Amino acid sequence: MYKYDRYDQEMVDARVAEFRDQVRRRLDGSLTEDQFRPLRLQNGLYLQLHAYMLRVAVPYGTLSSAQMRMLGDIADKYDRGYGHFTTRQNIQYNWIKLEDTPDILADLASVEMHAIQTSGNCIRNISSDQYAGAAADEIVDPRPYAELLRQWSSFHPEFLTLPRKFKIAVIASETDRAAMKLHDIGIRLVRNDAGEIGARFYVGGGMGRTPMIAPLIRDFVPLDQLITYAEACLRVYNRYGRRDNKYKARIKILVHELGREEYTRQVEEEFAHLLTQGIEPPIAELERIKLYFTDPAFEAGLPDDLDLSDPDFRLWVERNTQAHRQPGYAIATVSLKPVGGIPGDASADQIRLMADLARDYSFDELRVTHAQNIVYPHVRKADLYTLWRKLDEAGLGTANLDRIGDIIACPGLDYCSLANARSIPVAQRISELFAAPEKQAAIGELKLKISGCINACGHHHAGHIGILGVDRKGVENYQLLLGGSEGADTSLGTITGPGFDEAGIVNAVEKATEVYLANKQGEERFLDTYHRIGMAPFKEALYG
Amino acid sequence: MKILTGNDLKTGAVVWWDGEGWSLHVEQAADVTDAGADLIAREEAARRVVGAYVIDGQNTADGVRPAHIKDRIRALGPTVRPDLTLKPADPQAIDWVI
Repeated sequence: MYKYDRYDQEMVDARVAEFRDQVRRRLDGSLTEDQFRPLRLQNGLYLQLHAYMLRVAVPYGTLSSAQMRMLGDIADKYDRGYGHFTTRQNIQYNWIKLEDTPDILADLASVEMHAIQTSGNCIRNISSDQYAGAAADEIVDPRPYAELLRQWSSFHPEFLTLPRKFKIAVIASETDRAAMKLHDIGIRLVRNDAGEIGARFYVGGGMGRTPMIAPLIRDFVPLDQLITYAEACLRVYNRYGRRDNKYKARIKILVHELGREEYTRQVEEEFAHLLTQGIEPPIAELERIKLYFTDPAFEAGLPDDLDLSDPDFRLWVERNTQAHRQPGYAIATVSLKPVGGIPGDASADQIRLMADLARDYSFDELRVTHAQNIVYPHVRKADLYTLWRKLDEAGLGTANLDRIGDIIACPGLDYCSLANARSIPVAQRISELFAAPEKQAAIGELKLKISGCINACGHHHAGHIGILGVDRKGVENYQLLLGGSEGADTSLGTITGPGFDEAGIVNAVEKATEVYLANKQGEERFLDTYHRIGMAPFKEALYG
Repeated sequence: MKILTGNDLKTGAVVWWDGEGWSLHVEQAADVTDAGADLIAREEAARRVVGAYVIDGQNTADGVRPAHIKDRIRALGPTVRPDLTLKPADPQAIDWVI
């Protein structure tokens, strides 16, 4: 994985020193809160419902075991013994003291981490496929390109005060595991007829109060023009994005209002101009970055056989492991969704254990997924049983990946000052209702996502079943959506009708699954059945 | 009644104006009537509090409670982590929030 060079380290260290001075000046009264707020936000420090909250960047979700261990240590030393993995592949801490923050950032910098690009109207942390570098279906590892984009976008002077925040995802597989088309820019690396790799650009997607699926604006951008094309996309947005209205300021609104053709025309015009300016980093820089993402020392000739005589292990292998491109290896996902648990939360001890297991069984690497789980990308199949046993002993062996218990949920009103309703208790009740493995097996793949407000951090628009919490005259109320998806078949969910209270929404989810099971044909997933039979039978069951 | 809340500047802890200073306990919140704006200006300038704002409160048999659920959760702590609430020993603590 990528290692900081001297320039990277100096930049991050300088940022820590700068923020230490800013905190000192805030505490001694030299800075007002109005002056300090944008400075702390540029370092990932929010003021949330109960305390300061620090969001730490995990670029494209990739972590070393040393970095993961540091995240556990920070949870113990500065927070209340746990952290929350987010839907942007980051981690956040909920109980941070302002006076501790410079020391936390210094600890992060000591393991090549920071909290830059996790807040504010800048290009945010680049996200990617959690199986990058391991997936059997990728044409190339997307992370060097994500890293190049990270370096280009970090402190880019022209894009530090965009109309709104800006999110980029990079993938290199036909199967989209990163919700790529629901980003401001989604990039899919593809191979053209000549066998060359290039970038396919989708621009103007997003969730929030106005969900949009990003349209394709360029089918193939040569890799030696990748940054230039991204810059052209940003320049048009920076010039014409709606700074007058926060709710219309995202690029999705600009692309929608201009229309795909006109936005594309303007980008192409800007792109042609930028090509004359020589802004593209030398291809040698990309080649330098690629050297950090070479394969680990895989053993050749390993068997693919597994002893599946332990039924619990068998279930975990079936649910939580994926094909690796290297024979004898597997990708293993740690579900942070135990029955009745808080989605995405892990204790300091669990975080450190996951770090140690990455060191011992996955070439020192972990990934954070946008579904709030953790991935070991390179595990010898011969080690899977031992790995699972150690995870299971620590409450990390839940076998429910992409099942109804694997719920994405934002922190909601339990932690977030923007939220209108609590998300976590709803997730817990649903998780408990569907705890039995046989129930989850009967339902099969079902992605359930819960947001506590219209900002959609819980991706409710993209859930096969989505839940949106709203405030109805001071009382929590929950809308149900059906038919969303974030993968190759990206689609937006439709609201079923009037909302429910907390008990009612859990009951509604159960009814929706009953309609599915009663109408399911063959191997249809919930989403397939919904698309075939439409909303009417579900509405009838819910409101009839 | 009107009560005043904010976060301690240094620690971020949720605090309530008790008439003389800032308390961690909502039960001790004082009715600030129409003095909220002046108190906010004075206390924020003194760097004792950040993000202060006035909300509706209710006097109950158990003491003052915020009218809105969001501030009741602020007063208690996350409802999903009773071990982290201000008075974790009280098994009934969550009952007045929801």
